[in-house]
Amino acid sequence: MAAERGTAAEALVGQVVLPGDLLLLPAHYDEDAEGERLRLSAGTAPQGRLLCGPGLRRSGAGLLVTKCGLLRHRPGGGGAYWVDSQQKRYVPVKGDHVIGIVTAKAGDVFRLDVGGSEPASLSYLAFEGATKRNRPNVQVGDLIYGQFVVANKDMEPEMVCIDSSGKSSGMGIIGQDGFLFKVSLGLIRKLLAPKCEIIQELSQLYPFELVLGMNGRIWVKAKTVQQTLIIVNILEACEYMTAEQRKQALAKLSGN
Amino acid sequence: GVLERSREQLLRQTCEAVLLGVLHPRTAVSLVLQVLSDAGSLLSCCLNAACMALLDAGLPLAALFCGVTCALQPDGAILLDPTARQEQEARAILTFAIASSDRRVLMATTKGSCSVEEMQQCLAAAQRAASTIFQFYRDSVRRRYSKC
Repeated sequence: MAAERGTAAEALVGQVVLPGDLLLLPAHYDEDAEGERLRLSAGTAPQGRLLCGPGLRRSGAGLLVTKCGLLRHRPGGGGAYWVDSQQKRYVPVKGDHVIGIVTAKAGDVFRLDVGGSEPASLSYLAFEGATKRNRPNVQVGDLIYGQFVVANKDMEPEMVCIDSSGKSSGMGIIGQDGFLFKVSLGLIRKLLAPKCEIIQELSQLYPFELVLGMNGRIWVKAKTVQQTLIIVNILEACEYMTAEQRKQALAKLSGN
Repeated sequence: GVLERSREQLLRQTCEAVLLGVLHPRTAVSLVLQVLSDAGSLLSCCLNAACMALLDAGLPLAALFCGVTCALQPDGAILLDPTARQEQEARAILTFAIASSDRRVLMATTKGSCSVEEMQQCLAAAQRAASTIFQFYRDSVRRRYSKC
């Protein structure tokens, strides 16, 4: 599968691509560049702009792959291409929901460690129902579940625990006890997919509370410490187990 | 020592040429290589390991690179990927770092003396051998993503 001078992007969807591969896009995407080209087949070309997602960069007539992984494509609304890659290190992205650990309180802002290259800042007013008199009770070492409002490579990331309408919708300080651990980003995306089998099978085993952060952090709390640790071990091992191995492991545990 | 420092410099130049540093300003990327056993061709082994580590970490790269070592024997024959014994007997050892886009040369270093034509011949042989290494990268990545 050598892509010396570019291969058509559609041919490689679902295949492994490596950095340096050049993907060529179908001709009708060059409309903006050459306005004189006539559309002979009106109505069959997709409208809208093509979205170039993570792992890809525009280069000349095509897309240059910058990360290794599987190439994915979404046809709706102009189309989007991206590379599905496995990674352990998190890079903050605007809109992502993450779990942060409070490392310092500096005046009106908290500094949180989110696993990126810089600590994120969180204002004390960014909680539901917080005013200057009514401050939230946040201590150093607490876990916070929030989302990024500012996250780009040039500025320090900023988080909030309310959404655009002022409601907390599940965000805020995560309660006492429980267990926090780190997994790879690919596993988190798999767990967050709709109708994830792993979560459904685990919920048959014991009742538990689960918070998934897009920065690779998972917080679990079950009734007893032993149950919590069992769930932690299963989630960590899920990355390398196939579906049958997982079902066998769960069957052995529920049998005991 | 000085030898390790010069190897570090060569590795750094090669990595900086392919890494897209504009996407990560004010950030340091730290690459640590531990030599477990050295059976010859150490520098090109370090280059290959560095490329796979950068791939695995998910850092944005403009192209892949690989390292190929050529040994020029006293009778003029070119030997690729020499063992430690062959390196000692050779007249000159040339190491090249070759990028995956257009097989261009990112780094070249020579120990010993050789003529310009011999260097060109070694370079051509190394560029051909680079294709095998890139195919190995592709197969390894494919195996890793086949388990998802």
